[in-house]
Amino acid sequence: MFSFKWGFRFMQKEFLSLPSRIIIALFVIGLILLPLFTQDPYILRIFTLACIFAIFAASWDFLAGYVGQISFGHALFFGIGAYSTAILNLRLDLPHWMTIVLGAVVAVVAGLLVGFPALRLKGPYLGLVTLAFPVMLTGIIFLFPDFTGGELGISGIARLASTRQQEYYIAVIVMITLITVLWKITVSKYGIIFHAIREDEIAVRASGINTVRYKLTAFCLSGFYAGVAGGLYAHYLRIAGPGLLDILMSFQVIIWTILGGIATIYGPVVGVFVLYPLLEYMRVVPQYRMLLFTIIVLLLVHFMPEGIANWVRDMLEKECPRCKERNVFTRRECRYCYAQIATKK
Amino acid sequence: MIENILVRGLLNSCVYAMIAIGFSLIFGVARIINLSHTAFYMVAAYGIFLFNVQAGFDPILSIVLSILVVSALGVLSYRYLIDPVRERETSTLIVTIAIALMMQEIIFILFGGHYRGAVALISGHTTLIGVRVTNQYILTLAVVMTALIIVWYLLMKTRLGIAIRAAAQDREIANLMGVDVRKVAIHTMTIAVVLAALAGAMVAPIYVLEPHMWINPLVIILAIVILGGLGSIKGTFISAFILGFTEVLVVIFIPGGAFLKVTFALALMVIILLIRPEGLFGVFLEGER
Repeated sequence: MFSFKWGFRFMQKEFLSLPSRIIIALFVIGLILLPLFTQDPYILRIFTLACIFAIFAASWDFLAGYVGQISFGHALFFGIGAYSTAILNLRLDLPHWMTIVLGAVVAVVAGLLVGFPALRLKGPYLGLVTLAFPVMLTGIIFLFPDFTGGELGISGIARLASTRQQEYYIAVIVMITLITVLWKITVSKYGIIFHAIREDEIAVRASGINTVRYKLTAFCLSGFYAGVAGGLYAHYLRIAGPGLLDILMSFQVIIWTILGGIATIYGPVVGVFVLYPLLEYMRVVPQYRMLLFTIIVLLLVHFMPEGIANWVRDMLEKECPRCKERNVFTRRECRYCYAQIATKK
Repeated sequence: MIENILVRGLLNSCVYAMIAIGFSLIFGVARIINLSHTAFYMVAAYGIFLFNVQAGFDPILSIVLSILVVSALGVLSYRYLIDPVRERETSTLIVTIAIALMMQEIIFILFGGHYRGAVALISGHTTLIGVRVTNQYILTLAVVMTALIIVWYLLMKTRLGIAIRAAAQDREIANLMGVDVRKVAIHTMTIAVVLAALAGAMVAPIYVLEPHMWINPLVIILAIVILGGLGSIKGTFISAFILGFTEVLVVIFIPGGAFLKVTFALALMVIILLIRPEGLFGVFLEGER
């Protein structure tokens, strides 16, 4: 079955036929091969952090883009993941993989706690209530400085791995796996239900679907992803501080996701991998860095309102008017149903 | 003790009410969550510092100047940055965040990250019902209260106020009744920004100025507006007093209260919202699911 010929035809028909798939493949291969070309610790560090933030941004995209529960306080899950990882590692001396998973589990519990009030609220009410949670947690952290490290945070956490390359590969592999799983969930039957809840919750409920269960699941899953990202972050930078719960952290993930392309899962990854290195590169003009960044954000919103990923995709591919399959922009007729594709609107 | 709570709570609540009413009005009329709202408040406070302390202008003149500058900024940013993307809820979010960050960075470049303070407009103390209050507090309180009364009158009695309330209740019907909703939205933005700027100008001599001073009020303002019910002016006003007094009470009565004041205020908001998901005075509009 997996003969050479079959593999070749599969590649030709399914894989090389669409530029977006080629770009994704090149991106993954490039990420895996990057340490062969450069050993520069600074570049490896930027891309490791970009991988971690990509998981974080994807978790927000799942909750806000797919399920429509726009949360302004997503830093809560990231921060809880990082803090519980740090505390577990320092107090109980557990190994990394265990602390990261346990930290993510704690973030899932937080997701349940936030998701419970979220069941009754919608739209802007929900967004602004979720904004309250990380701020409340920051107050509690400052109140117990002995346990949480207070303003300085917890430092001295074990390293993720012994060398930079290993840390980089752990981040890349975890990112690719988790993003693929999340993407598969969103295109599955459950993904359609999540999507439908965003569009019209009452209609979904009227169809006999338990929306409460789905919404809580979405909060838990999103919390798990953000918790994993937080745990990786804590082990990579070896510090977990109150800055992780900062309101700007929550805003940043919104900026990445929306500029990358909301409700796509690959969009936030694109957003993080474009914007995060860009922000780092602008350290050449340290004083004007954030100012330039905000101007770029405003320009991007103006010219690519659907997000970078969707903009590029619409440039390279066209949708067949009859069967809705996507085709390369060079084709005149659809590769499945041979319908004529309009060249330009 | 009681007097102290009363004076500080009143000041706190009135300042919050001024900023929050502006935010609530913009949300009501234009349906945007303007996360850059408190950034205008910050710019106005720094405007006082620039004109009064650095350029040496007369205090009244510098207040007028900074309010003019800030309202121009607000209207321009609404007209050219927010309005073009208003139809997309998510784009509006990041545009307003970007505007706020931009102003923060400009302030940072112009004034640096140091803590700054403006000079009090009038000096001296007055003893009111047995508590010594600086005259600046009384002046701030008086101006803020007057502003709130003027806004109340504007919204309740004038044609513009009726148009604003109509647009807030139902945009489409207001449009059908001959209200130019776009123009009303710009007027609302102006009123809101002027209120925020006035609040910023009045608290500049009392609070400490720094480029991140917009974040904490933003959180509380959002809590107030949500608690009162989005778009409800009365609710905003009342919940500003609830949360403003809660903060002062927590700081005075609970050990470690300075860390916990926001936590308590927000926890109160979450609890009330669990009981009444549409806020104290909000209504769910069935058409806007």
